Amino acid sequence: MRRNIVHLIERPDETYCFRLHKDRCYYVSESIMRKAVSVGRDNLISLGVCFGKFTKTGKFRLNITALDILAQYAKYKVWVKPNGEMPYLYGNHVLKAHLGRITEDTPEHQGVIVLSMSDIPLGFGVTARATTEARKLDPTG
Amino acid sequence: MAKLNHKQRKRQSLPADFSEPINGKPAKKNLNSKPKNKTKVKKTRLASNKIQKNQSKQIPSDEEDSDDHIKKDKRESLKDLERLGQFNDDDFELMSDEAGDYIDEEFDDNADESNMDNDIDNHNNKMKMFENSEEEGDIELNGAEEDSESFSEEHTETGNTESAEEENYSDVDSDGNELLEIEKESKKLDKKRKIDEVLAEEELQTQMQQREAFVLPQQELDDAEMEVEEEDAAEDLQIVQTRIQEVVRVLNRFQELRDEGRDRAEYIAQLKKDLALYYGYNDYLLNLLFDLFPVSEAIEFFEANEVPRPVVIRANTLKAGRKDVANSLINRGVNLEPVGKWSKVGLQIFDSPVPIGATPEYLAGHYMLQAASSFMPVMSLAPKENEKILDMCAAPGGKTTFLAALMKNTGSIFANDANKDRCKSLVANCYRMGVKNCVVSHYDGRQFPSVMGGFDRILLDAPCSGTGVISKDPSVKISKSEEDFRLLTHIQKELIISAIDSCDAKSKTGGYIVYSTCSVTVEENEEVVNYALKKRPNCKLVDSGLDFGKDGFSSFKGKSFHKSLNLTKRFYPHTHNMDGFYVAKIKKISNTFKKVDNDEEGVIIGNGSGYMTSTNKKQKKLMKNEKLVEQEEVKFNDDEDEKIIKRGLKKKF
Repeated sequence: MRRNIVHLIERPDETYCFRLHKDRCYYVSESIMRKAVSVGRDNLISLGVCFGKFTKTGKFRLNITALDILAQYAKYKVWVKPNGEMPYLYGNHVLKAHLGRITEDTPEHQGVIVLSMSDIPLGFGVTARATTEARKLDPTG
Repeated sequence: MAKLNHKQRKRQSLPADFSEPINGKPAKKNLNSKPKNKTKVKKTRLASNKIQKNQSKQIPSDEEDSDDHIKKDKRESLKDLERLGQFNDDDFELMSDEAGDYIDEEFDDNADESNMDNDIDNHNNKMKMFENSEEEGDIELNGAEEDSESFSEEHTETGNTESAEEENYSDVDSDGNELLEIEKESKKLDKKRKIDEVLAEEELQTQMQQREAFVLPQQELDDAEMEVEEEDAAEDLQIVQTRIQEVVRVLNRFQELRDEGRDRAEYIAQLKKDLALYYGYNDYLLNLLFDLFPVSEAIEFFEANEVPRPVVIRANTLKAGRKDVANSLINRGVNLEPVGKWSKVGLQIFDSPVPIGATPEYLAGHYMLQAASSFMPVMSLAPKENEKILDMCAAPGGKTTFLAALMKNTGSIFANDANKDRCKSLVANCYRMGVKNCVVSHYDGRQFPSVMGGFDRILLDAPCSGTGVISKDPSVKISKSEEDFRLLTHIQKELIISAIDSCDAKSKTGGYIVYSTCSVTVEENEEVVNYALKKRPNCKLVDSGLDFGKDGFSSFKGKSFHKSLNLTKRFYPHTHNMDGFYVAKIKKISNTFKKVDNDEEGVIIGNGSGYMTSTNKKQKKLMKNEKLVEQEEVKFNDDEDEKIIKRGLKKKF
């Protein structure tokens, strides 16, 4: 993603912003944010799209709800074949046999967005192998 | 031959005819008696087969299938039958079995037809023969001896052993009563049949009588029950059901069928009692629901509440069209169909091999499981793009996400729910459906104009008793009492007032409030709306924009409501096959209004959307006025006043 983040904040239609609320980071249009000001802090549960949250140890974790937006701007993506969708959704790793497409020159241990072949974002993932290495692997690797 | 066949058919068909109108005992009896009859016939048939065989052996032209031949056969077979009658039962069967085998080989065609004829002939002639045989018994016996000799000889030819022959001989002399027994049995059968017929007729008549006289004994029973006022727990539900049906029948044509000296109230009291017992409602709720409908419709309503409503999903137009959803679900083997012309996004699920709430499509937010009835308020509200909308009681988010879909994720939606736990599901659903313009908050709906006002449209799906969704949650039947209803209606009235106040009448596109409940009672629906109209004269009811459903009541049980209440819509499980539902669409005309029930002059500023901009001065004035009202009118909603006063005080400080 990196530099693409600029596109998120400066959108052509409306300015959006990130707001922190109770450890969670929300991505919301400014107009909605301004309206939501009148809602008390304790009573406000969510606004806009939840992007991720800060864990108790201070790490930032992306939330799956941000998938749609991230998928548009993500740098590295992995496409999964239809027969691999269900195993992935049930928490298994993506096998090479199920790998439909992958962004060129993805390095190892890189966070990626996993999509189905019909471009529906499914979730996040971390590559175990770089693209170049993946070519050499056997199907179940 | 044809005649005989006809006779036979008649004989068989007679009992069947009688058995048709009666489904009780006689039919069964006939059924039982039939097989008996058959076995007898079989026996005699076999015997006659044997005879025929003998004859055919004696007569050279036996293979010809001419009528003359058969007639001859018959005549002689009668004689043979007599002769045969002299055999013992056991031997008779033994031999007949062998003969039967034999026939199978040689006399297939001949046997089938002539046998039948013989059977009947036997039956018909037995009586005469019986008379004759008594007189001529001696002579015949002699002849029979001769005949049987030749017969047994032939039998040996056909492969019988000598021992069998000897047995035959010995038996011929020993007893000659077999024929008599056969006759007796046939006589018995005839008698039995006659008795059956008589019984059947009797039963038919008694049933007729019962039907005619049904109501009378029933009413006596009524009396006894009413007097004792004791509900027999072990009372058979079947009886109760038939009684319900009967009473309904009487009530529908009361003038004709009524029992003299009994008024409608008595019938209805009995009916209610039975209904409560049969469907398991508590008395209060039953009365409440029963009064909503004509009698027979009420039964339908109760019946419909026992059946689950069809599962309906709504395609999420934010992510996928209905076609896409339908296609992908059909690929998973789901049987579905568009829910109706009125909705472009609803799909009705008939059956599915996979859980509908756990497919990848569902997880990806392509569709939402949502009852058909909960489409209604949203469609009625008809949100436009770029509006500011409040969903006051939003959880679990079915309607909120539908709102967002209709608005195409523009504008802003404030989804509020009083229950924090339910808010979680609301948030989850919003995220799953890809709603981005939603602010989820956790307030009591009654606080609303103070939190925020000036909404273009407001959806108020008020918490209710759930009398429209009894099929989903049958616990409503017994758990709701008068107290519950009183509390609920109170909350509903407060909510609708605060909803109206939160709305902005000056909105260019909106200014609408939709009030809905999943309840069918008048107390929670028309009365609440009526109350709101009285309290907020700056509002009027408008057409709900739904082209089906029944009109709301503008008067009910002596209470008359505002005339425009027939613009509201009611939905019933038995007529629309969706949950019981009520939708009222209110248009706010102005933000200020004249208090009608207040005799004082002066315009009071509505505490609605003007609230946000209203100054302290106005507030003070409002407070003052309301205090006055409070003093003067006992009827006024005290809680609400208190609330407003408190709010005012807060603001002040």
